[in-house]
Amino acid sequence: MQDRIPILHMGSCLLVTIQVDMHDRLALQLQDDLTERISSTGAKGVLIDISSLEMVDSFIGRVLGNISSMARVLDAKTVVVGMQPAVAITLVELGLSLVGVSTALNVEKGMKLLANA
Amino acid sequence: MPTLKSEVLPVVSENDIVYVRQAVRKWAIEIKCSLVDQTKVVTAASELARNLLIYGGGGEVTLVHLQEGIRNGLRVIFADQGPGIPDIEQALKDGFTSGKGMGLGLGGAKRLVNEFDIESEVNKGTRITITKWR
Repeated sequence: MQDRIPILHMGSCLLVTIQVDMHDRLALQLQDDLTERISSTGAKGVLIDISSLEMVDSFIGRVLGNISSMARVLDAKTVVVGMQPAVAITLVELGLSLVGVSTALNVEKGMKLLANA
Repeated sequence: MPTLKSEVLPVVSENDIVYVRQAVRKWAIEIKCSLVDQTKVVTAASELARNLLIYGGGGEVTLVHLQEGIRNGLRVIFADQGPGIPDIEQALKDGFTSGKGMGLGLGGAKRLVNEFDIESEVNKGTRITITKWR
């Protein structure tokens, strides 16, 4: 199984596209790698594309929340983009509403949000 | 109730949680669940498989394809021989956690399926059964 999710550096932003069904360690590795990269590059924005994710459970939800909080402490803004409608419905019924996590419908809108930040 | 087929998956590592999710997705598609229902049952299974591993010390997940009259259902059973749950009612409340979760696991999973049954005996183990009808 894949043991790392690639992080792209573009301008002052970091871009991540999650394209695999993440096991828990992979999600935690992403959290560590992103905080490390924010710190080393001085990135001001983090965009996480979850349009290929077919499920977000409480663990992945918590990791997304953690990433957003950690980035904020490191002076960067996080936007989670592309959540599938079925995932949104399930997430809210599960009891998670990703409080404190900025979202956008797609990558383009997410980038705009980061550019205005 | 007629059982069309069943399959047992061991859960002893984090990777097994991913295999459980993939198997449940495949079976939910087979009984023609809508995309939202597939996502719900897969998410519930993910929560419960993680509980099995973290709190139950690992165990077994059994998938069962049910047929009752003209309706099809997917039943997933999570069984462990772990410490058991002393107070089931409290464990089902949102916000209750004894470990590193968010306390959404049991109550949240229950909301995502049509039937939810839990049997637990302290020091013997826990058995949770969920069913999603199509």
